[in-house]
Amino acid sequence: MSENKTEISVEALRAGDREEFSRLVDTYSGPIYRLALKMLGIPTDAEDVLQNTFMKAFQHLKEFEGRSSLSTWLYRIASNEALMLLRKQRPEITFSDAAPEDDDNSDYSPVQFTDWCCLPEDEFLSSESQAALDRAVQHLPETQRIVFVLRDIEGLSIQETSQALNLSETAVKTRLLRARLRLREDLSTYYGKRLDKRSKE
Amino acid sequence: MSENEHSKCRSLLGSLSDYVDGSLGEELCEEIERHVAECQNCHIVVDTLRKTISLYHESAVEAGDVPGVVRERLFRTLNLDDYIRH
Repeated sequence: MSENKTEISVEALRAGDREEFSRLVDTYSGPIYRLALKMLGIPTDAEDVLQNTFMKAFQHLKEFEGRSSLSTWLYRIASNEALMLLRKQRPEITFSDAAPEDDDNSDYSPVQFTDWCCLPEDEFLSSESQAALDRAVQHLPETQRIVFVLRDIEGLSIQETSQALNLSETAVKTRLLRARLRLREDLSTYYGKRLDKRSKE
Repeated sequence: MSENEHSKCRSLLGSLSDYVDGSLGEELCEEIERHVAECQNCHIVVDTLRKTISLYHESAVEAGDVPGVVRERLFRTLNLDDYIRH
């Protein structure tokens, strides 16, 4: 998310300027809501995360030290809120990153080799296609999903993603690679079927 | 595909993310390009990986703003009622 357009003043925010806070909310609520929706998949849950993020941001503004950008700081709060809600909803799932962060990517070796890039553009723009993209993200383990959403959907750099998640850059890269490979497999299944269908028509 | 070639595909797997992001060193880049030129499967993996990332990126651009009612409830929750109409 771009901070250049509106130039939010951290000083004004700290001084309790309500109008400036409302500008902060309007600037960043879109990306935060989108992140929450991708993470949780349910609009009402995403709205909870959105509200909690800005409530916490308001409460903790004084602690914002400016070591990261305002947007990275907000992403950090939002990521924590989203992961916390997921953990609350499904306490049976362990989030301790069961998958080791070693260099062994053999479990992620590609198995599908259909070239679906040649599908016509309208195929990728359909609502069915969008739903398939969303489903595939929902299938990712949460710790990979949050990295993928921040880096590839929201467009944060590796460094910003690592700041937002308090993870090493190496861990971010490992999770990102695995998320991308897994999504590629899922999309290859979906678009491979579309390719078959088109060739039969 | 020979066993040798297959192990090459595997060894390059770890560098694919950096490669598609354009942040891989020149030497490894050339190694991947040489391999991909000869290995049809890896060629497809690189192309579809790029396409996967770009589809998600585009989906974010098209997602737009927070729905009006969600924005209004957010402003009320934050006691920013005075700024709902801006």
